[in-house]
Amino acid sequence: MSATLVKTPSTAPPAEPPPRVVPTRRTGQWAAAAAVLVLLALALVSVVRNEAFQWDVVAEYFTSASVLRGLGLTLWLTALVMALGFVLGTLLAALRLSANPVLRAVSWGYTWFFRSTPILVQLLFWFNIGVLYPQILGVNTVNLLGPVAVAVIGLTLHEAAYAAEVVRGGILSVDRGQIEAAHSLGLGRWRRLTRIVLPQAMRAIVPPAGNMLIGTLKGTSIVSVIAVQDLLYSTQLVYHRTYEIIPLLLVATLWYVAVTSVLGVGQHYVERHYARGTAGAR
Amino acid sequence: MSSVTATAEATTAKVELRAVHKRFGALHVLRGIDLDVRAGEVTVVLGPSGSGKSTLLRTINHLEKVDSGTVGVDGVLVGYRRSGNKLHELREREILKQRTRIGFVFQNFHLFPHLTVLENIVEAPVSALKRPRRDAEAAARKLLERVGLADKAEAYPKQLSGGQQQRVAIARALALEPGLLLFDEPTSALDPELVGEVLDVIRDLAASGTTMIVVTHEIGFAREVADTVVFMDEGRIVEQGPPAEVLDAPRHERTRAFLSKVL
Repeated sequence: MSATLVKTPSTAPPAEPPPRVVPTRRTGQWAAAAAVLVLLALALVSVVRNEAFQWDVVAEYFTSASVLRGLGLTLWLTALVMALGFVLGTLLAALRLSANPVLRAVSWGYTWFFRSTPILVQLLFWFNIGVLYPQILGVNTVNLLGPVAVAVIGLTLHEAAYAAEVVRGGILSVDRGQIEAAHSLGLGRWRRLTRIVLPQAMRAIVPPAGNMLIGTLKGTSIVSVIAVQDLLYSTQLVYHRTYEIIPLLLVATLWYVAVTSVLGVGQHYVERHYARGTAGAR
Repeated sequence: MSSVTATAEATTAKVELRAVHKRFGALHVLRGIDLDVRAGEVTVVLGPSGSGKSTLLRTINHLEKVDSGTVGVDGVLVGYRRSGNKLHELREREILKQRTRIGFVFQNFHLFPHLTVLENIVEAPVSALKRPRRDAEAAARKLLERVGLADKAEAYPKQLSGGQQQRVAIARALALEPGLLLFDEPTSALDPELVGEVLDVIRDLAASGTTMIVVTHEIGFAREVADTVVFMDEGRIVEQGPPAEVLDAPRHERTRAFLSKVL
C-alpha cells in the first residue's frame, strides 16, 4: 500500500472521536414478551388454585405401586419395540437398497402396507389373529399370544416400517465416495456396512430416530385397548374405580413428560457422539 | 521405511490393458484401450476432461466393470476369470482380494471422516488382510512419518488441510503394501499452495520403484517423474512415449492443441 495511491486515515487531520453505534429500540418485542409472561402466570395460578385438579390425589398416586408397574411396562415395551423395530427396519432398508429387484419390491411392499393402516387397526387385527389361525404349531393361538405378546408384535411390525425409511435415508446420506474408498481397500460387505456406512449414516438417523422413540413411548399407550397394563391403562384402572379421572390422567401425563425429557437429554449426547470427526465437533 | 519399500519393490506389478471398451449408456467412454505399463515404471495419463482417463484408471481395480477387453495386473486378469472365449465376473470376495494388491488414491481423498488418521490407515490391513492391530499400527505410524505427518495420528481428517488429507490417503493406500498405485487427479481438489507437498510424496514413491499410474493435469510433474506419458482424447490413446517425445515434440495435432492450452 503506497501512501501516494490512497489517502489513509492516519494522514487525515485529528477529528472528533469515531461515532458510536446505537441499536434500534425494540419496544414491540419487550411488550410482547411481557404480555406472554403475564398470560403464562395467570394460567399457572389458575392451575394451582383450581381445586378440581386435585393435586393431592395426583401426589397420592404418582408413585403408587400399580402406576409404577404400568410405567415399568411402558418403558420396557418401548425399549423392546424400538430395538426390534430398528433391527427389522435395518434389514428392510438393506433389502430395499439391494441389487435384487425381488428383495427391493418385498421391502417396498412391507413398508407400503404397514404404513398404510392405522396402528390401532393392526393391533386389533393381531389381537384377533386366533380367528384366522386357531392353532399355531399345535398350540392354541389364544394361549400362545397373550395381550403383551400381541402388543410387542403389533407395535414392532408397525415400527419397523418407519425405521426402515429412517435407516434407508441415513444410508443414502453417506457420500458414495466413502463406499468406493472402502471397495478400493478391499473391505468386505459386512465391514463396509458396519464400520464405514452405518456410523456415518447415524448422523442422519439419530434425530428422526429420537423423534420415533418419543413417539413410540407415547404410542404404546394404545395397547390399553387390548387391556395391557401400561402406564395409561394402570391409571385408567384406578379412575374407573374412584372416578378421579383428571388427577389420574395428570399422573400419566407427568410421567410421560418426565421420561420424554430424559430421552431428549440422552439424544443430545448420542448426537454429539456421532458428530465426532466433523467440523466444529470435539 | 525400508521394509515397506523393499516389499513393494519385490512384488511390484506390471499392467496390461487389451482392447478395453466401456460405455455409460449411450456414451462410449473407452474405445479400445491398449496399454502396457512395465513393473516399476511411472506412467502419467494426460488429456482433456471427459477423455476417459479417470474411467480408465477405475477399470484397473474394477471400480468400473469393462464392457469388453481385458485388464491384467501382474499377468492376472482383474475382475474376471477366463474360460475359452468368455470372461466370467469374479465373486465380490475375490475381487476385493485383488484390490488389496492395488492402491487407489482419489481426487477427493475419501478419508473416513468418523475415524482418526491412524484408524483410517489400519482399517484395511486389519480387516482385509487380518494383520494384528498392533503390527498394523506400528506400520501405520512409520507410513505417517514417511508422508511427514507423524504428529497427526490421532487427528480427525476434517482437522487437516487438503494436502495433509491427501497425504494420509496415500499412506492409507500404502498400508496394504500394494504392487501398483493408481492416482486419480490427486492434486486437483487442492489449493494451489498445497499441491507441492502432495507431489513431493508421490515423487518419493516413484523413486522407490512401485509401479504407478497417475492421472493428472500437472505437466511439469509429468515431465519430471514419468517414464511414459500417455495422452488420451475421446476414449482413445492418441499417443504415448517418453515425456521428451510426447510433451516436447508431440506428433499429433490434438496433443499439440491440448499442451498449448495447459502449458
